[in-house]
Amino acid sequence: MNEKVICAGFGGQGVMSLGRLISYTGMRVGMEVSWLPSYGPEMRGGTANCHVIVSDTLVGSPVISHDATAVLALNYPSMVKFEHELIEGGYMFYNSSLIEEAPGRKGITAIAVPSNEIASEVGDLRVANMVMLGAYIAVCRPFTLEDVVEALREVFGPGKEKFIPLNETAIKRGIEVAEKAAVGS
Amino acid sequence: MDKVLMKGNEALCAAAIRGGCQFFFGYPITPQNEIPEYMSRELGRAGGTFLQAESEVAAINMVYGAAGAGARVMTSSSSPGIALKQEGISYICGAELPCVIVNISRGGPGLGGIQPSQADYFQATRGGGNGDYYLLVFAPANIQEAADLMIEAFDLADLYRMPVMILGDGMLGQMMEPVVFKERKPRDLPQKDWATTGTAGKRKPNIINSLRLDPAELENLNIRLQEKYAQLKANEVRYETHQTEDAELVFVAYGTSSRIVKNAVAVMRANGLKAGLIRPITLWPFPEQAFEELPDSLRALMSVELSHGQMIDDVKIAARGRWPVGFYGRSGGMIFTQQEIVEAGEKLLREVSHVSGV
Repeated sequence: MNEKVICAGFGGQGVMSLGRLISYTGMRVGMEVSWLPSYGPEMRGGTANCHVIVSDTLVGSPVISHDATAVLALNYPSMVKFEHELIEGGYMFYNSSLIEEAPGRKGITAIAVPSNEIASEVGDLRVANMVMLGAYIAVCRPFTLEDVVEALREVFGPGKEKFIPLNETAIKRGIEVAEKAAVGS
Repeated sequence: MDKVLMKGNEALCAAAIRGGCQFFFGYPITPQNEIPEYMSRELGRAGGTFLQAESEVAAINMVYGAAGAGARVMTSSSSPGIALKQEGISYICGAELPCVIVNISRGGPGLGGIQPSQADYFQATRGGGNGDYYLLVFAPANIQEAADLMIEAFDLADLYRMPVMILGDGMLGQMMEPVVFKERKPRDLPQKDWATTGTAGKRKPNIINSLRLDPAELENLNIRLQEKYAQLKANEVRYETHQTEDAELVFVAYGTSSRIVKNAVAVMRANGLKAGLIRPITLWPFPEQAFEELPDSLRALMSVELSHGQMIDDVKIAARGRWPVGFYGRSGGMIFTQQEIVEAGEKLLREVSHVSGV
């Protein structure tokens, strides 16, 4: 396995923590991982992104350049900016609650994930990133839902354990959406 | 031992505390702010002292003072901040004091930008301040190596009574990777009988000073420093070679950007081109030995840097005219892609073939 994932969106949509959770879960299940954030003006608002690598061999360059296996785009500028970083046959997961048009890039698989709508339905817009994570693990299968929930339990610690059911529900809904999309395509 | 996922900046701090750091003096600057942030929270808990100085100049002079009193002390900053510290670093070298300095560098000149850069190679390896001095300069390529080198840094500083610099870039500081903190191997270190710890009326005062108006005395200091640097060249040079055994083209690259070059080597090898990599881990002393082990198949060297060419001077010195030395670099915070390096390497090999008529 050599997953190279770009997570991108507005500052505040949780793309950094989404990427960190992918790295952390990868590390917990015994993979080699790296997480490289943008740290420019993005972190003060605007667009933010991080490059995440999960691999069964040592990570070489932590920079993803034209070899992303998946992009998780939470907003339109991110989708446009990063669709060309995907390899042929790569996956574009896009937040169809905010992005009205499918990606223009040919030769990739586009998966519409209404992250904001689902997050609102399950009770908190802030878990839109977890919906996206669910869609990603359903299609690319770097690890299982159980692996992610175990990782979340460690990341949150006992003090924030009460947030796990909400996050788990959001991830499950993301998995469902992606599985339906895969059947439909 | 447990693997933890950590930012490079934070891993350096955790390693510094394990390495015995007692004092931290610094002033904020991106992209190393997680270092003072972490130290302000954790160093006190570990029994040490964190102090945010009023400026970089104040911070390095606090380092000078604490080092003179025999403490294990460090500072960190990024490029323009390290430039401000140069006077103090020169004084610390003149007074032969141990300390650790971290530079998580960014693009320059001037205030420059905040993105990763390797344009501080000259500043780090040529003595950024006045006088005939060097620092022991480490350039880790990943977070595990950064932590390992940092754990050792205070011992080496004490052993040689000189500053040790860890030179990273914004990428190393900001990224997260798994890291395992190893136990520090105990070393026999000399007593700090030179430190200004108070005489208790029982001995002559120790004096920490870098002013030596007597030329003979100052020359003696310089000769002693040179002897120390010769020992460093004999004992502390570190480097990694990667697929150089049968190489026609060997890249020379250091720090995080060497990882992109390593990827380029893999791509070139897959295309049937025999590429390899020399990765200096100590930038000073520069690993000239690595170039003595290169194979007869070698046709060219190429220095690859996030600058417009600084380490290339050391590569040329080490090459001693035996091979042509090419260059590829980006600057200002722009990061080269592996494809750019592959293309530059292929172009150099074509040029070399043309010249030699192969």
